[in-house]
Amino acid sequence: MEILKTYKLYIGGQFPRTESGRSYQIQSESGQAIANACLGSKKDIRNAVQAARKAQAGWAAKSAFNRSQIIYRIAEMLETRKGQFIEELVLLGHSNPAAVAEVQSSIDRCIYYAGWADKYQALSSSVNPVSSPHFNFSVPEPMGVIGVVACQETALIGFISQILPLIVGGNSVVVIANTKQPLSAVTFAEVLASSDVPGGVVNILTGKVAEMLPTLAGHMDVNALSLAKIEDHLFRNAQEAAIDNLKRCQLYSLNYINPKNQGLHFITDFQEIKTTWHPIEQVASGIGGY
Amino acid sequence: MSTTNWNLEPSLESTAVVQLKDQYELFINGKWLAPQAKKYFATINPSDESHLSNIAWATVADVDLAVKAARNAYENVWSKLSGAERGKYLFRIARLMQEKARELAVLETLDGGKPIKESRDIDIPLACNHFFYYAGWADKLQEAFAGQPITSLGVAGQITPWNFPLLMLAWKIAPALACGNTVVLKPAETTSLTALKFAEICQEAGLPAGVVNIITGYGDTGAALVVHPDVNKIAFTGSTAVGKQIQKACIGTDKKLTLELGGKSANIILEDAPIDQAVEGVINAIFYNQGHVCCAGSRLYVQESIATQVIEKLKFRLQSIYVGNPLDKNTDIGAINSKKQLETIEKYISIGREEGAEIYQPTCQLPSKGYYCLPTLFTDVAQSARIAQEEIFGPVLAIQTFRSIDEVLQKANNSPYGLAAGVWTDKGARIFGLSSQLQAGVVWANTYNKFDPASPFGGYKESGFGREGGMHGLSAYLKITN
Repeated sequence: MEILKTYKLYIGGQFPRTESGRSYQIQSESGQAIANACLGSKKDIRNAVQAARKAQAGWAAKSAFNRSQIIYRIAEMLETRKGQFIEELVLLGHSNPAAVAEVQSSIDRCIYYAGWADKYQALSSSVNPVSSPHFNFSVPEPMGVIGVVACQETALIGFISQILPLIVGGNSVVVIANTKQPLSAVTFAEVLASSDVPGGVVNILTGKVAEMLPTLAGHMDVNALSLAKIEDHLFRNAQEAAIDNLKRCQLYSLNYINPKNQGLHFITDFQEIKTTWHPIEQVASGIGGY
Repeated sequence: MSTTNWNLEPSLESTAVVQLKDQYELFINGKWLAPQAKKYFATINPSDESHLSNIAWATVADVDLAVKAARNAYENVWSKLSGAERGKYLFRIARLMQEKARELAVLETLDGGKPIKESRDIDIPLACNHFFYYAGWADKLQEAFAGQPITSLGVAGQITPWNFPLLMLAWKIAPALACGNTVVLKPAETTSLTALKFAEICQEAGLPAGVVNIITGYGDTGAALVVHPDVNKIAFTGSTAVGKQIQKACIGTDKKLTLELGGKSANIILEDAPIDQAVEGVINAIFYNQGHVCCAGSRLYVQESIATQVIEKLKFRLQSIYVGNPLDKNTDIGAINSKKQLETIEKYISIGREEGAEIYQPTCQLPSKGYYCLPTLFTDVAQSARIAQEEIFGPVLAIQTFRSIDEVLQKANNSPYGLAAGVWTDKGARIFGLSSQLQAGVVWANTYNKFDPASPFGGYKESGFGREGGMHGLSAYLKITN
């Protein structure tokens, strides 16, 4: 007899069951039961935001080089578990070649973003030649805690393509996974747990978007939203709820398998630009520069 | 401490350089058009409440006409020009503005109430320079987005505030045009005159009809622009409350949005700071432009060990601030922009008293007519006080003290706003430590209220999103097309 695995949530580096004590069945395309997943609740969202906030400053304070290493490590861990990811996709109804392609693209995307961790700053910052005797420069800073509704059309590549540019940039995330196909996201959580990403940087919840998103979108300690395509009214309500604390909203409807849909701007979409001024003293008879 | 009454000989700037019309129409498609509803509103001089002129009040039909003109100019003219050609128009506009600098400065002061020394030396030169700066970007846009294909957006709807009328127009129009968009701009209702003068400059520069359209009016005019279905971009500078309404109105559309909203910026003086410089910096941070500055340093945090000394020096300095006729070259604080704004400021001053904070205002004669407010300090202010949390947009400073850096960081960041911050200390490492922790889009270290076309400006949190100025300001008017 087969044992149906129960996939749990991933919050603050732990794998708790939902506090609501509910679950739902994951089915293959043909309607066969594959596994059970937690039916996440509003309270789970609030717990996840708390964990994400707690972890964010420490994550952002790690050296960019270190973040790069850690994200590269995710790629290595994905590679080791490649078989499991492919198997899960096939179980959901993907053809074997499609599953292989999606997992391979996901690994490639990890490597791509790992390389950005210590480079996007140089390309998105500037030294500004102001007309007064001041040294003036602008640098990107992470927005903070980002709420994500993962791509509801793909199981793995969309999820990875959305969260990696956010964490590369020093943000922490609370992700609502693909409702119908949450397995890859939860398996990815197991990858994260065994890589060196600190607990709380990525928090993953499974369940219904309609139930959890209003809490996430209206949460006053969430700085921005990355929303994949969802039903129109949910989309609209989320954006309305986001206005209370002026969350930055990015709406994506992309085919993530296409490598064109990776890039620097997916990182800078979730960065603030800070500009700092400081006077330059005229020393001796020298004339100031910058 | 002695108090001095400053009886300076008035030194009035001549208004002969300005020729006001009795009535101003809408600038649509390169022509002056009467508003279809035939409605006009009065614009007054806030320094003496005298009538200046009547301004057209655009309604939905006028807004539609302006958007159509902008669309037509975008499709058929502006988007077909090379960047280099667009740049030439911008350079030409910049030069013409420079040549009319004094006229623009006097107009700005007459209409808005700001001291002539500020409009003459800061607002107008910065506005000209903004056009010069973005003119040079027009043919180099792709270089700013290495490896990322870009395109212009289309028609930009822009709404500017009354505190820096022409400068905010420049912040909006210059990058929009450089990036290949056409614009419909609505200036604030109390300060339309320099925008209308700018429209004349566009005509004189031979700018193709419809590339810039100026529609005057109140909030309803702005709202009609925001909801117009053929506008691709909204850029707004103003209050956070209105900014949120605009964000809501844009949901479900493809409009790109940038918001530059309110602030309650913390200005922090550490005990090792050069005190006299810091005191001057605090004065500039809160009293510049009557405190009508979104990034005004309206919350002062002084380290406890130097608090008595700093507050004493601030009070002494307040006695030599000259409040009066904005056209007088001696004037430091001019007129409050409108009666409504004066009432708001006065309301907050009484709230401050009721909350139990200690008030200090200098003894000084205010003109009998016009809208004026004394520079005001509040000490013994609680972090939770409304005068420490809410934007007043006037010459009112809330002073608090702190002991440790941890404490001041927590207090400074304890605000829904995040526009700017000031840090005063002699220690370089501390500046960077603090500035990297402050949640603010601009950090002025050992200086305050400095602006430059090359320097990006914009907020964190509820102070808005997007940047204006510098290379980063280009992103507001372009989209990346994968």
